[in-house]
Amino acid sequence: MTSSVSKGCFVFKPSVKKRRKTPTVEDYFTHGSEDTENSKLRFRNCQTLWDQMKADTELLQDELNRKILDSLLAFIRKNVSTFQRGTDDWASRMRAHEIPTAALVLGVNVPDHDMTFQSLSDQLQQSVTPFVVSVQATECAALNHMIQRVLERLMGTTVSVDDEEEPERCSTNVNQKRVHCSLITLCNWYKTVTKIAASGTPGKKRTSVGKDMQQHPPIVVIFKDLEAFNPRVLQDFILICSRYVEQLPLMFVFGIATSPSTIQHMLPHSVSSLLGIELFQSLSCTQHLASIIDKVILTYQFPFKPSGKVLQVLVSIFLYHDFSVRNFIKGLQLALLEHFHSQPLSVLCCKKEEALVHATELSPRDVERLQQLPSFMRYVEEQGPQEQVELLTSDDHVKEVCQKLLKDLHKYHKNYYPILRCLHVLTASLPKYPLGKQIRELHICCLEKNVWENEEYASAMQLLRMMAKDELTSALQKCAEILKHGKAKKMRAALLQLDNLLAKFEQPDDVAAAENVAGEDLTSQGKGRQKKTDLFQLQKTLLEMKKSRRTKKMSHFEILRDQALEFIDSLVRSHLAPPESQPLYEVCYYSSSAVLRRHLNATPRTSIQTALSNPYHYLKNENLRAEDGTVSNAAPDICIVYKLHLECGRLINLYDWLEAYATVVSAAEGKDPDSADFGKVDELKHARFIQAVSELEFLGFIKSTKQKTDHVSRLTWGGC
Amino acid sequence: MAAQRQHQGYEDEKLQRVMERLPCRDVQASLLLALMGEPEQCSYPSIFIYGHRATGKSHVIHTLLKELELPYATVSCVECVSVGLLFEQVLLSLFGSDSASLLSRSPSLSDFVRVYKQLCVQASSKQTRYIVLDRAELLRDMEANLLPAFLRLQELVEDNVTVILLSEIVWDKFRPNTGCFEPLLLYFPDYSKGELQQILSEDSHPSYSPELYSAFINILLGVFYSVCRDLRELRHLAALNFSKFVEPLEQGKVKEGDTHKLWRNIEPHLKKAMQTVYLREVSSVQWEQQLQKEEKEAGAVRGLSAHAHVELPYYSKFLLIAAYLASYNPARTDKRFFLKHHGKIKKTNFLKKHEKTSNHLLGPKPFPLDRLLAIFYSVVDSRVAPTASVFCQISSLVTLQLLNQVGHDDQLDAPKYKCAVSLDFILAISRTVSFDMVKYLYDFL
Repeated sequence: MTSSVSKGCFVFKPSVKKRRKTPTVEDYFTHGSEDTENSKLRFRNCQTLWDQMKADTELLQDELNRKILDSLLAFIRKNVSTFQRGTDDWASRMRAHEIPTAALVLGVNVPDHDMTFQSLSDQLQQSVTPFVVSVQATECAALNHMIQRVLERLMGTTVSVDDEEEPERCSTNVNQKRVHCSLITLCNWYKTVTKIAASGTPGKKRTSVGKDMQQHPPIVVIFKDLEAFNPRVLQDFILICSRYVEQLPLMFVFGIATSPSTIQHMLPHSVSSLLGIELFQSLSCTQHLASIIDKVILTYQFPFKPSGKVLQVLVSIFLYHDFSVRNFIKGLQLALLEHFHSQPLSVLCCKKEEALVHATELSPRDVERLQQLPSFMRYVEEQGPQEQVELLTSDDHVKEVCQKLLKDLHKYHKNYYPILRCLHVLTASLPKYPLGKQIRELHICCLEKNVWENEEYASAMQLLRMMAKDELTSALQKCAEILKHGKAKKMRAALLQLDNLLAKFEQPDDVAAAENVAGEDLTSQGKGRQKKTDLFQLQKTLLEMKKSRRTKKMSHFEILRDQALEFIDSLVRSHLAPPESQPLYEVCYYSSSAVLRRHLNATPRTSIQTALSNPYHYLKNENLRAEDGTVSNAAPDICIVYKLHLECGRLINLYDWLEAYATVVSAAEGKDPDSADFGKVDELKHARFIQAVSELEFLGFIKSTKQKTDHVSRLTWGGC
Repeated sequence: MAAQRQHQGYEDEKLQRVMERLPCRDVQASLLLALMGEPEQCSYPSIFIYGHRATGKSHVIHTLLKELELPYATVSCVECVSVGLLFEQVLLSLFGSDSASLLSRSPSLSDFVRVYKQLCVQASSKQTRYIVLDRAELLRDMEANLLPAFLRLQELVEDNVTVILLSEIVWDKFRPNTGCFEPLLLYFPDYSKGELQQILSEDSHPSYSPELYSAFINILLGVFYSVCRDLRELRHLAALNFSKFVEPLEQGKVKEGDTHKLWRNIEPHLKKAMQTVYLREVSSVQWEQQLQKEEKEAGAVRGLSAHAHVELPYYSKFLLIAAYLASYNPARTDKRFFLKHHGKIKKTNFLKKHEKTSNHLLGPKPFPLDRLLAIFYSVVDSRVAPTASVFCQISSLVTLQLLNQVGHDDQLDAPKYKCAVSLDFILAISRTVSFDMVKYLYDFL
């Protein structure tokens, strides 16, 4: 095979069988764990769970986008029909010179927009027109690039190969490209394409387009990020397009991140008067986030739960940094992956039935892990001595108990979320939002500790005790609505009780007057609790209330109100305990927020500074271990140079720096401090120094300056 | 009709049609016709037509050339990103589709002249050819020899050709340093009120009498003529408000002749429209919807500018605030604002002379990244780690055009920025994070 006369190189591709398998995600996941079976199982758990979560969030996002997309589509369709009707209609004739433009305000989280635009162009292509182009600012630095992009995408995607028109990207035939790169080409192309469609040639894409659209499907140009476009280019493009508006049914969609007034900032009147702009406002991203959290986190459907701290990290990244729902979901995915990767017992983190099966199949090693869980140990301590021995010695018994505990955990979740929602419904409308405006705040609060021990909870309860009848009943009715969806037995019982209470609220006062006596003892209780409050206004009203109480007895409504709140309070106390109180909660809850923060909110500068000032942190070399603030003289050159530069002012004399460096390095070499060549600069040291300094320059700590010869300037402040 | 009789060589019928389609531009049209002469007569090499927007420059030229069936090419200079494109379009429309292929890859002016001559010989015609260059001011930005060459193209190609330049700018701004052939200047004056009335009345609604529409235009002009004389804008306003005007007619409340009642009905709407004239804040459709909505709930007109509020992440808000402070406060005053024990610095003796003018009048000043971050860390109320996200936010603020990056050297080490938001905007932002902006602004000390 290689017996060729001439000399040469021969490439032997490995045969397919021999080729080493590229590691899959699963391999990465299981890599380094001693128990492959277990980790494979965990990986599968993780995958199924994530797939489900992803599908759910995508569905939700589609739903959220639907409204704005529908109105956009309606707008475009309407304009298509006016174009086709031609100049019959007076109003549309008067507007014939305007290019219909939809200004789509999407919010500042630019990375999230891609998805919206994708579904917009998909839907447009499905139902309105095959001619949809999206352009981004980065690809349109100059006018000709922009026109080229638009032409390329329009004609390249829909023109079949046997057409005379060639896609524009051919770089070999520059002449032809130049000839075609104008809107005249587009006009001609459009005419031929629509003619073909009209004459009934079986087009692949056109068959899907509705009948009335066949004549003149509009050309929709989507500007994804309007702010980033060069205003000059955009203006010229619009001017050119407006010259062809009679021949080409053009339409624009502007994706706006900030506010619609950007259009006025970017386009002068002479240009904006060519556009008929209509405004579309999308859902705010905070609402979007709230619905995602509602769907994915505040549900017992998914066994995986982020702990309060983790959730806080994710939410704060969202609120403080990026407003990006996509990043939030990615962060959640990371938490999920980390949980399944780092917690061997997460095999039990799946659907109830599967979890019970997995519990019976636990390996001895896993049982040992289970016994070491803090929550399980707490549980053991609460048991009688006989049971304790059993739990510590018998694996089978542990498995049995484990199943029971898992069932309990599922029950806990089933009760937790409806009650959480009820509490939120009741407290969300209170003045100053003592328990948070958003349900996620309440949720985090409940995850951290016993919510009823919070001062805010007490004050919320106080405020609730002063609610008017109609407000309270409507809130309670909402609660009943929520509880209806609960499937657990306890929830049904609670619903029954609540319905009873509501029915009593409906009774007219005088009918129930007889029952008043029964409520007497409750009244005194209520008084006792009311004293705790700290709000000034509250105190005032309470004082007034007390005064009035002295004179007259509590009304029927007041007694009922107290009863209702008593009931709610008991529900909260029995079901909203933090998950830490539940045995085996570690199986479902991911709590290492620090890991998550390190991954999601990276601090490159801190890392560099740590590496430079404390090389041991990354290198783990015992020689480099040093006390705080000092650097061992055996450290890498750049660390020594960095340390020395911290001692300097804004301008650093290079020669002094070199001298100091040479001294340190000489000490590291173990030279005698008294010898003549101690600290002497030889070529090697010089070279090492220069390298270290240029590395520092590359990292952005210093730069050369013209202010003083042989000096460099520092770019960081602070130091030693 | 005296004017028309002078123009020999064209059919009377055509001339009649042209004049009908050019209301209020008879003088200019007949002057142009006189300049053009008979189709086969040699014409003046170049004509420069100027006048404000929407004074009928392109319309007159196009109607004349089209209706009289003269050979002509119109090119908008905006469209010509390269000179080649310009030449190509001229040749295409004068000599047909094959002609452009004769041009080389990136043709120079002499190539164009050569090809033109060549094609001229093949398709010789005695009629004057016309080349109309719309938005001719852009020719100045192209190659330096282009404008002078077009002005005397007739000489260069030895053909009966006239170049007509259209622009909104006066000729004085065009004249190159090296001098050139002086074109004939033709000014299109603005339409007078009466002329506007006549022109606007022409596009009357088919279902109403022309008199009614004319009355409407009369009312419209009465309100808007003092602020807006742009024909296009007025036409837009007419289209917007006409449906409102005829509403009482459709409901049968008022008869067509009762102009006074109609006036009473439309006046408040026109006043409202006055607030947003020229802004094109909302499309016609949305305007109509808004008017309907307002009847239910009387609110102010909400246009694009009513939605100026921008939602930003928490730290982005503070970054923007810091950027604004850095842009509008002199760097030396940072100590005064952001150090705890700064001592008292009086404004007057602390100032250099040129700083006494308000910084807000001078506009934002560039500032380095370091200063932005230093101010950011001191205004933000909690400890913020210098994470990658904070730096990301700075660059995303730049893409949102809320900050501008200045200068191009040394982008890696010390990029400089400028804050590009208005005082009102930043005040609104600072209110949402309860930060007292005015206390930190040097101008308001």
